[in-house]
Amino acid sequence: MQLVQDESALVAALRSGDEAAFAQLLDAYGGAMRRLALGFVHNAAVADEVVQEAWLGVLRGIGRFEGRSSLKTWIFRILTNTAKTRAERESRSRPFSAFEEETGGGEPTVDPERFQNPIHPGGWTTFPEPWSAPEPQLLARETRSLIESAIDALPPAQRLVISLCDVEGWPAEEVCNVLELSESNQRVLLHRARAKVRASLEDYLT
Amino acid sequence: MTDGLTCQELVELVTDYLEGALPGAEVERFESHLAICPGCSTYVDQLRETIRLTGRLREDDLEPAARETLLSQFRTWKQRS
Repeated sequence: MQLVQDESALVAALRSGDEAAFAQLLDAYGGAMRRLALGFVHNAAVADEVVQEAWLGVLRGIGRFEGRSSLKTWIFRILTNTAKTRAERESRSRPFSAFEEETGGGEPTVDPERFQNPIHPGGWTTFPEPWSAPEPQLLARETRSLIESAIDALPPAQRLVISLCDVEGWPAEEVCNVLELSESNQRVLLHRARAKVRASLEDYLT
Repeated sequence: MTDGLTCQELVELVTDYLEGALPGAEVERFESHLAICPGCSTYVDQLRETIRLTGRLREDDLEPAARETLLSQFRTWKQRS
């Protein structure tokens, strides 16, 4: 859902403690915030706490919001910062600041074994098999949980980027602003994530 | 298979292509390869399908209980401020 209302009016309403304005923001971004938080912390209860803490941060900070970024970007930055801090505290995994490492240094996203064509170097050995389409209704739920697990298994930065780009459908620019990534790194992460999700669908749909 | 763009290279450019981030000359190379390569056409179609299926995970609604918790948190905040 997108907010159509004039943003400065919304900010003013929020500052004055208007619950309807808060509810409007909640309905527009609440679902995405929770899913994004889950991408960081992997635990539903902790994700709920992160979201609550982030909203408190929004309410405390709204008086200082200057509109240098969009309200949405600002809110989601508060969320990602809160979630990052929490994730680092919860786990001994490496910090989220190491996003660039996941761009993979040009490692192939498709198994090089599949491009051992003796006549055309770098060509498919055998073509990828077309998927059985249209997807039967019965399989829709399975496909869905398959994609969810594939996304869940991704390294953190790839998971966040595919969640925002392909699940939430945000434009690349917004994703870069919120995650503080360059557009080229964002595309590399997105591509690696998509290739892995495709590969898990391939195992299932062919 | 043509102009030096191999299938192995093409599969790494699909997201750049779909996101409109390939320079014009590269787009031509990409598309002329696609036009004659069924394997890469299938691969690109499947990546599009992956994107479409991934988009179906989106749910806009917050669970009512979670929404209520956040609203009551808002009321508490409002009283204190």
